[in-house]
Amino acid sequence: MKYFYYPGCSLEGTAREYDISTQAVMRALGVELVELEDWTCCGASAGDVISHLLSMVLPARNLAIAERTGIEADMVIPCSACYLNLRRVEEQTRRDEQLLQKVNLALAEDGLSYGRNVTPRHLLDVLATDIGAETIGRRVTRPLTGLRVAPYYGCQCLRPYGGYDDPEQPTSMEPLIEALGARVHAWSMGARCCGAGLMTTKKAAALTRVQEILHAAQGADCVVTVCPMCQMNLDGYQRKISRMEGKDLGISILYLPQLIGLALGLAEGELKLDLNFVYKPELKSKLQGSSAPASL
Amino acid sequence: MNPPVKEGANHGLHAPGSDPLRNIWENIRACMQCGTCTGSCPNAAAMDYKPRQLWRMVQMGLRDEIFASKTFWLCSSCYYCTLRCPRGLPLTETIGALKRLAVAEGRLPDNKSAKFYLTFMDNVRRYGRVREMDMMTRYFLSLKNPITPIGFAPLGVKLMVKGKLSLQMPRLFGAGKLDAIYRKVKELEGNA
Repeated sequence: MKYFYYPGCSLEGTAREYDISTQAVMRALGVELVELEDWTCCGASAGDVISHLLSMVLPARNLAIAERTGIEADMVIPCSACYLNLRRVEEQTRRDEQLLQKVNLALAEDGLSYGRNVTPRHLLDVLATDIGAETIGRRVTRPLTGLRVAPYYGCQCLRPYGGYDDPEQPTSMEPLIEALGARVHAWSMGARCCGAGLMTTKKAAALTRVQEILHAAQGADCVVTVCPMCQMNLDGYQRKISRMEGKDLGISILYLPQLIGLALGLAEGELKLDLNFVYKPELKSKLQGSSAPASL
Repeated sequence: MNPPVKEGANHGLHAPGSDPLRNIWENIRACMQCGTCTGSCPNAAAMDYKPRQLWRMVQMGLRDEIFASKTFWLCSSCYYCTLRCPRGLPLTETIGALKRLAVAEGRLPDNKSAKFYLTFMDNVRRYGRVREMDMMTRYFLSLKNPITPIGFAPLGVKLMVKGKLSLQMPRLFGAGKLDAIYRKVKELEGNA
C-alpha cells in the first residue's frame, strides 16, 4: 500500500507527535508514505474568510504537486481541517467547471495544474477502511487490556461530507480500539465540536465546549483524537478548566496512531508520548501493566 | 424572484444583482425557519442572535443588524447545521460568505477575529506554511493591546518547553513564497 502524505502545518509544530507517530505506525504496518515535496498550507479556516478562490487554490496546489509526480495513489491527511479543505476543492470543482478553470489559472503561476486525479483521504478513513481492524489486530504484540478509551472524532473529519463513517454517530474508531485489546468508553460526545479556532478568537465559548467534553470523558483512561486542533484544545486547556471548576478533569489526550503504536509494541519514544502535555500516571501504570508481551 | 426589499433606505437591500448580500440571500432564501440549525449549534448560547434568527435577518435584508451581530464570528465550522438542515442549505458555507463580506466591507464589530485571519493568511503568503510563533507575534502586534498576549502566555510557555514552537527568525523583507498565486487570485476575483 502506498499513499501520498500531506502532514500540514500543525504537524510540523504543535502536533509533531501526531506526525511522528503516524509515520511510525504506517511503517510498522508496511504502508509506504510519499511526503509531498514543497507542500504548502491548505489555508486552514482563515483562507475562506479572506477569499473563496484562495481557499480553493491553496489546497489544490498540494493535490497538483501529487499529480505532477505521476504516481497513482490516494493522499492521506492526518489533520481534519486540512482534510476538509482538500476534500472541499474536490467536491466544489466537481460541480463547477468555471471554478476549476480559475483554480488552474492561479496554479499556472506556479507551473502547476489540478486535474482532480488524486483523492484526499483522512488518516482515520485509511486506518479503518483500507488497513482495517483485523490487520491491525493481527500485529498487536502488547494488547491494551484493561484500558478504557473514549473515541473522539470531532467535526471536520466527518462533516459535512462523511462517506467512510456516519457523520452524526461515528463508530469507525471502535473496532480499531477493540482490536488493540482496549474497551470503548460509551459516550455521546465523540462527534461534538471542541470549539476549534474559537479558542484563539472567542475563548470563553471554546472553553465551555472543552469543559463539556472533559466531563463526559470521566471514567475513561484516555481520549483518542484524529485532529491536531481537537488535541490542542482538550490537552492544552484542561488544567485551566479544572482550576476554574475546582475539580480535576485531567485526562490524557492521545492521537489514535499513538494508541495503535503502543499496542504494536513501539516504544513510547517512537510515539513521542512525552510531547503530549498531560500523561496521567494512572494511564502510565496501566500501560506498563500491559507491557508484557502477549502470551500466545 | 426578487429579494424582499425593506422599506426605508437605511439598511434595506439595494437593487437586486448589485448587492453582494444578494448571493448570500440566494443561498438561504428557501429557509423555512424550523430552527434545526439553532438546535444543532454548539455555540448558539454565546450568540447574540441565534442562527435561525440570522437567516431571517438575511431574508429580510437587515444589513446593519447582520453586521453588528457577533453570531457568524462565533461559528466554529462544525457543520452540524449544514448536515441537518432539512432544506439542504449550505449554511456553514454561507457563514463563510458573511465573514468574507464583513472583512471586505470593513464591517468588523469584533476585529480580533478578522485580524487573526488576516495575519494567518499573510503568514501563509510569506512562508508557504504557517510559522506559529511568527504568526501569533504578528497577530498580537496587530491588536495593539498588551493584555491579550498574556492570556496565551501559559500555552506558549508549555509549547516552548515541549520544543513545539520553532524560534526561527522571520524573514521581514524579500519576496513571499506564494506572492504570485496570491496576486493572480486577486486579479481573477477582481474580474469576477
